[in-house]
Amino acid sequence: MSNSVIDVAPHGRFGIEGQAVRPRRWGEQVIGVALFGCALVSILTTVGIVIVLVAEAAQFFREVSIWEFLTGTEWSPKLENKFGILPLLCGTLLVMAGAAVIALPIGLLSAIYLSEYASSSVREVVKPVLEVLAGIPSVVFGYLAIVTISPLVRTIFPSAGVFNAASASIVVGFMVLPMVVSLSEDILRAVPRSLREAAYALGATKLDVTVKVVVPAAISGIVAAFLLALSRAIGETMAVALAAGNRPTLTINPLDEVQTMTAYIVQVSQGDTPAGTLEYRTIFAVGLALFVTTMFLNVLAQWFVARVREKYE
Amino acid sequence: MMQETTIDRPIMPLRPTSFPRERPSRTADDLAGRPPKISVDHLNFYYGPKQALSDVTLMIPQHCVTALIGPSGCGKSTFLRCLNRMNDMIDNTRVEGEIILDGRSILGPKVDVVALRKRVGMVFQKSNPFPKSVFENVAYGPRVAGVRGKSVLYEIVEKSLVRAALWDEVKDRLNDSALQLSGGQQQRLCIARALATNPDVLLMDEPASALDPASTSRIEDLIFELRDRYTIVIVTHNMQQAARVSDQTAFFYQGELIEAGSTNELFTNPARKQTEDYITGRFG
Repeated sequence: MSNSVIDVAPHGRFGIEGQAVRPRRWGEQVIGVALFGCALVSILTTVGIVIVLVAEAAQFFREVSIWEFLTGTEWSPKLENKFGILPLLCGTLLVMAGAAVIALPIGLLSAIYLSEYASSSVREVVKPVLEVLAGIPSVVFGYLAIVTISPLVRTIFPSAGVFNAASASIVVGFMVLPMVVSLSEDILRAVPRSLREAAYALGATKLDVTVKVVVPAAISGIVAAFLLALSRAIGETMAVALAAGNRPTLTINPLDEVQTMTAYIVQVSQGDTPAGTLEYRTIFAVGLALFVTTMFLNVLAQWFVARVREKYE
Repeated sequence: MMQETTIDRPIMPLRPTSFPRERPSRTADDLAGRPPKISVDHLNFYYGPKQALSDVTLMIPQHCVTALIGPSGCGKSTFLRCLNRMNDMIDNTRVEGEIILDGRSILGPKVDVVALRKRVGMVFQKSNPFPKSVFENVAYGPRVAGVRGKSVLYEIVEKSLVRAALWDEVKDRLNDSALQLSGGQQQRLCIARALATNPDVLLMDEPASALDPASTSRIEDLIFELRDRYTIVIVTHNMQQAARVSDQTAFFYQGELIEAGSTNELFTNPARKQTEDYITGRFG
């Protein structure tokens, strides 16, 4: 390190502890600018999307009050001009909750198995299989929900309709499962080996070590993984549009047909709704609501991740 | 690694200044008269195809401090980790030979490793407190052993912290996070945590190598005090430390036990040329 530019620089732009530094080389600057440009693409995209969402939604809220939008219990923009988002939000959360019930316990336990119990040879088989599961297109899952899961649900609960929230929950649960497993496993494995050794050296069994040391040490990260998975479940579109149905219903019964925010957006985008109408603008209002919900979960997840870092650094 | 070489290579006037030391070492006769706590017989150890220990035979007498010295990679830590079967956690390892603790073999698949580790405590090179409170750290071992009841646990925690010479510093902070303690305090906490399971044997893997001189000296005092109650095996890179705290010293080189004997004798009158070269700093 002693032959770095800092030592030899006569004069320059940056002084480090009183020492002058030679300006960075040309090539360095070009690379810096190019990299910044790449980063800028995603930043600009995000900013652009947010601007469009907010601007169009603002138009919408000029005609419909935010209060009505947030508290109305009926969503029927076409026929009755009722713009209460609660049925869509409820459908979304219902599917998300069902998916969570499936994905979180199975995902966490699988992650614990992979990180603490499985031999490396088992891990080498299971992890690629999970990646395959993660790579299956969501439309395939949606189809699977209709032809396999929905009939199964209806056999068990005859009162269920062809389209129901439960089938959507189940497939979305399986869709986010690989994400829960792989994020949680990474976090569990990041728990320092020295902590495990300390516990084993005290005569702890594998179960003691897992339950009382590894999982508690990783808990913030696990929660973050859960939140990211839930955020993904909320944003999931194709499978729920196919499986959950298209009838906005304010219900907590998973056997009912529901419509999620994403499914509504698909429905309207597919139709021949003319641009500029109020119905067209509902897409942006709903999109904004969706965006705020998932962003909230992501920020919460970030916060938990930051807490993990604090603990080990 | 830099640090290790500087510690290992003092061309030091070890013999004149280290003896007589302030804490008297047990004599060779005393060592010979003690019953063996652990006896290791023709031990071989392999990481995959690589042999890390070759034909090690060593007696570890009761209530003595045995220091394992030798250059990096000589197998002394591997040897230490055989004594509480910590190497079981590493895939693809193999052990041959025999290790007898109090007359019973500790190798083989039938041995209850969990029970063994309760009797043979361990302190690691880098202090590794759990991210829990001071109290919970010390109470962890008793808890997993099935001890319930706050008052019983409290008693164990207090006793262990007193023995680890930490009680006075932390008695008002038992519920604070252990990670808030200083490095030296954390290491003594780890010692207290190991004592809380009431072991007979305490294994220490370079317990002071990451500590400043003052903390190191406290740990060394502590080792000396613990000697009458526990059988201690300590791995150290620091030969002065071995000379200061141990009763018996074993010198490892390239997976072999070159020489073992009373610390006094080994440092003043080594039998083997390699030992002499190492302790006088000619290689390391």
